[in-house]
Amino acid sequence: MSVALENKLGTAWKKNPYIASSSLRWAISAIVLVYVFLAVFGTKSISSSLVGLGLVEEGFRFGTFGSVDKFFSGIDVNWSRIQRGLARGQEFVGGFLSPDFASRWDHIVQGMYESVVMTIASTVVGIGVSIPIALGAARNIAPLPVYLACRFIITVSRALNELIVAIILVAILGFGPLAGFITLSFATIGFLAKLLAEEIEDMNKSQAEAVQATGATWLQRINFGVQPQVMPRLIGLSMYRLDINFRESAVLGLVGAGGIGATLNTAFDRYEFDTVAAILLIIISTVMVLEYLSGFIRTRIK
Amino acid sequence: MPHIEKDGLKVWQVRDRNATLTRWGMWFALVVAFVWSWGAISDNTLWALMGNVGEVTVDIAGRAVPPRWSYMEKLWKPIWDTLNIATLGTVISLFLAVPVAFLAASNTTPSKYFVRPIALLIIVSSRSVNSLIWALLFVSIVGPGVFAGLLAISIRSIGFCAKLLYEAIEEIDERQVEAITATGAKRWQIMVYGIVPQIMPAFAGIAVFRWDINIRESTVLGLVGAGGIGLQLKGSLDTIAWPQVSLILLVILAAVVLSEWVSAKVRGAII
Repeated sequence: MSVALENKLGTAWKKNPYIASSSLRWAISAIVLVYVFLAVFGTKSISSSLVGLGLVEEGFRFGTFGSVDKFFSGIDVNWSRIQRGLARGQEFVGGFLSPDFASRWDHIVQGMYESVVMTIASTVVGIGVSIPIALGAARNIAPLPVYLACRFIITVSRALNELIVAIILVAILGFGPLAGFITLSFATIGFLAKLLAEEIEDMNKSQAEAVQATGATWLQRINFGVQPQVMPRLIGLSMYRLDINFRESAVLGLVGAGGIGATLNTAFDRYEFDTVAAILLIIISTVMVLEYLSGFIRTRIK
Repeated sequence: MPHIEKDGLKVWQVRDRNATLTRWGMWFALVVAFVWSWGAISDNTLWALMGNVGEVTVDIAGRAVPPRWSYMEKLWKPIWDTLNIATLGTVISLFLAVPVAFLAASNTTPSKYFVRPIALLIIVSSRSVNSLIWALLFVSIVGPGVFAGLLAISIRSIGFCAKLLYEAIEEIDERQVEAITATGAKRWQIMVYGIVPQIMPAFAGIAVFRWDINIRESTVLGLVGAGGIGLQLKGSLDTIAWPQVSLILLVILAAVVLSEWVSAKVRGAII
């Protein structure tokens, strides 16, 4: 029997730690601890607790003139404000038990109508634009300059938050669903073109080569060699994106880009929590129906 | 093989008649839906005001460039707040999501008919409400500030994390669990030694992935008053200070790219 095994006999077994090096483990724990302290409690509480322990003299502060304290202020929780707000929270929960669909029904219908048309139009346009971009962003089809250009478009579209795009477009185009429609179309490009391009890159090359060997033109090669392979995935992604676009259209109204979000924002501003509950219930049920539908279609296609 | 007769010759077709008609029907429905939607959008748009869109764009772009770099010193604090909202929000949501995931996974749930539907309901309701709407709610309850944003991000992330986590739990290798059970382990010991090591890589991946998403989302939470850099963005937009807006947008873009890079690196190191 080896010495190592001899030594281990009789001692209880212990699980291996997730980080093998013990110094790295301690360093990471220390950094995490310091970060949480700075983020949650701020430097003020640290210096006051140091004073309390008698390690430093009274009136000690990090940095000069409390500039550090101001920066690392921690999360200041205003308990008296929360106490007042809790009544509103109760009202909100109570609103779900008795949602008020009636008193703002016209606004709700108008908002939902805008949301739905924005969703449909932007999904269709977004898909239409993202298909050529996806073809360009697939390295096995496109030449390098086209590939880089298309990847750049995708990166920009993914990096910009929908809401920020909507704000800029509202500033340019004015209030209304047009800004929301363009925002959602633009956001669809980043999502759909990226995933579709990855699907095209993963496709079976021999089919496209077989079509090419018959003397097909570039368009025929794409249409008969590539398209049948990625179509199920494209339809699935489109349905998924329809779902996402609806969810997003529900918040674009907050910045004036049309849709149910504007109605929701107004209801929140007026503290009409029963109307808020009604709108949220409509949004949630629509999202669930859409999710079920897209799941159903995706399984049918596979 | 689908074909048509043409001058006594059989000509190959991609699909037979019924399949072709169905497809045309679907395309027609799609076109009708689009035309109807576009008509509705167009009706709600004042096209008369669209004539000078080009001028307006050039004007705004001209005002926004160059960004006011001196404003940067006022942005460090909001950036730190945004980072905290995203990071602490992810941590809190993970604490809440783990039990929900264990209750929702069909192989670990204590009761398939009572507990599991409740856990699934929590997941669905957290996921289908956007983080901004959660933020609106918490701003009206706890007042504007970082705390509201933190709550919004935490609650919003529960559904996402719990859903991915319970799917990972359902896909574990049952034999390892059986082996631990066979040693006479208690329920929590089975979890710690049989299930947790198997889902640990998925858990770490989900955490980093969600953190990346939360950085993006927390940059705009301030628009409804929930703290972070969005607050500065809203202030600058309301005072039409375009040089500040462009600087903030640059900062947000940098933050998003950086967080995506970090999350890609960490996920690469884990997997």
